Amino acid sequence: MSTAWTIATKDLRERLRDRSAYIMGIVAPLALALIFGFALNPLKNYEFSATYAVVDLDGSEVSRLFVDDVLRQAPGVEVLQLATTEEGLALVESDGNPFAETEGTTADALYIIPRGFGADVQSEREVDLQVVGNAMAESNAGIAVALAQGYASELTSVRITVATVEGLLQREVDRFTTGLAVLATPYPTTITDISAETKQLDGITFYAAGMAIFFLFFSVQFGVTSLLEERQAGTLSRLLAAPISKRSIITGKLISAFLVGIVSVAVLMIATTLVLDADWGNPVGVALLVVAAVLSAMGITALISSFARTAEQATSMVTVAGVILGFLGGTFFDVAQAGGIVADLRFVSPHAWFMQGLADLSAGDLGVVVVPVLVLLAFGLVTGALGMAGIGKGLRP
Amino acid sequence: MNSTTLTGFVLECSGIRKKFGDLVAVDGVGFHIAPGETYGLLGPNGAGKTTTISIIAGLLERDAGEVSIAGEVMNPQSTAAKRHVGLVPQDLAIYPDLDARENLRFFGKLYGMRGAELNQRVDEVLEIIELRDRASDRSEEYSGGMKRRLNIGIGLLHRPTLLILDEPTVGVDPQSRNAILESVEQLGEQGMAVLYTTHYMEEAERLCDRIGIIDQGTIRAEGTQQELVQLVGQRDRVRLVATGNLTAGAAALGNLADVDESAVTADGIDLIVKAAHNRLPEILAAATRTGVSVAGVDVDTANLEALFLHLTGRALRE
Repeated sequence: MSTAWTIATKDLRERLRDRSAYIMGIVAPLALALIFGFALNPLKNYEFSATYAVVDLDGSEVSRLFVDDVLRQAPGVEVLQLATTEEGLALVESDGNPFAETEGTTADALYIIPRGFGADVQSEREVDLQVVGNAMAESNAGIAVALAQGYASELTSVRITVATVEGLLQREVDRFTTGLAVLATPYPTTITDISAETKQLDGITFYAAGMAIFFLFFSVQFGVTSLLEERQAGTLSRLLAAPISKRSIITGKLISAFLVGIVSVAVLMIATTLVLDADWGNPVGVALLVVAAVLSAMGITALISSFARTAEQATSMVTVAGVILGFLGGTFFDVAQAGGIVADLRFVSPHAWFMQGLADLSAGDLGVVVVPVLVLLAFGLVTGALGMAGIGKGLRP
Repeated sequence: MNSTTLTGFVLECSGIRKKFGDLVAVDGVGFHIAPGETYGLLGPNGAGKTTTISIIAGLLERDAGEVSIAGEVMNPQSTAAKRHVGLVPQDLAIYPDLDARENLRFFGKLYGMRGAELNQRVDEVLEIIELRDRASDRSEEYSGGMKRRLNIGIGLLHRPTLLILDEPTVGVDPQSRNAILESVEQLGEQGMAVLYTTHYMEEAERLCDRIGIIDQGTIRAEGTQQELVQLVGQRDRVRLVATGNLTAGAAALGNLADVDESAVTADGIDLIVKAAHNRLPEILAAATRTGVSVAGVDVDTANLEALFLHLTGRALRE
């Protein structure tokens, strides 16, 4: 073991002086994770909130249901009920200056429910529900219109009249009506059991994890390819002429590859956690998944490299395999959502098991990583054994 | 580390045979080396020198034969025998990202050296190879000669009983080449057994106590330089720098009286001739008659190259 460690530390020293190692192991995955992360960060932190004023001039059971079951049930909506139309209009009026200090309470939109609304609805007579938008809150005013339209679509007799206090454009209303009509759904919420199949990482963690496992294949491959490099450089002759076993040489290479893999993923995890607020989940579960993923990557790269005659050949072959497995395993986009054979086929890739393990861990306890970890270890064991057998046979000057 | 056997030899090998597919690279090679002796394997490229030393160093399995180093049977699994061997491969075998001290320390550890012993020996070797001042520079920044010296230093580090140098001066500038040859001479004087392969006759003549002439995988002759030259007799080597129909010319010249050997070389025809100076006019006339245009003539008295031509019918550097 001492000899293997001597070889591993020599390899690590060389690796530390090789700038391409930093690029493949840390810089490239971190850069891509940051790019994807910053692109997705606004969506991650977005929470809808709106304040809508309601003047219920009808006071009927039907108008009360609209306020309580439609408006108050919409997520992020605060409802202010007012007595008069004047009070309501006062809340949605603005001077058109978005930077002006606003005194007192304001509303993003005002619903005016006319007298006779309930009776007209029940008798299926046409009735006018008026929405007055705040020109300084165009988005939320548009959503207010969408909520009303959703309600109206269920009750064909209700006609929506859209008005603005200062310049709310109909096209803005249309835009939000189309995109956010789901908020207007007046039906009770359905509670659905979320199975492991549908658990997902948040966007930032998804891409950080995807880049980590994707580039892991390139950072650990040097352990095997360095044997081929040593042969090309002539130093393998010296290693084989030394009073050490072939097993020590191979073990040394595996130790250095393992440590490089662990460190590169750990650096990426720490950086994305600190910079992007990525949520990797239970540290113990994540550690188990990372170790298993590193071992599977080492095994697969060893198997692929065992067919190569030179380090360049091995690098090319591992790159092709890494890209295919990476795409198939859903490191760039969630292939599970594609459904069909693609979704099923992803599990031939260790990348998919790593991503699924992290996703399950984000919504479950530690036990959910057992299957992904075992599958990853099986990948590593089987491919690694075959690869090492091939490499061991070919270990000659 | 000085270990010898009851027979007194550091290296004993016999009947070594190695095939690569249908090609018999080495066939029945055997020789021995005593402590302090420098043994040269002299032969052209492809003669089987590197295969022979790869088997002796435990890098290759042999198909047949025996190899023992300091009494330990050598094979690729034999760590005991490998401890006695220092190998200097033909191509540079150093880590360019590591400095000289790191290279030496790494290989020293592989041979079980540790701590103060290792540090002291690294300093000694750095002194021997004259790299002490550049010991902390990455070896990729070294000149070709410095890299060659480091390559040799690694082989010396663990004080091997047998040092194997495989054509260490190939591609080396004359100054560095001379430094390497001086180092090898000193090692022999210090009692180290040295196995030195080369296709440079002058290196073999300068360094080696005994020489084995190897060609096509077999040892064709072996002995001291004097013993080998006597095999040729009092014959001279005549080198004709010539153009034209060299094959026909060599055949015609080979039929002349006192011309024992003739062979086509890259730039002309080589001959082994008794009393060459008396025969030169006749040789030149015969060459002209066969359509060979002679631009120059060199006459060497009997030496290893002449012996090689005599033994193989080919020039050493064909």
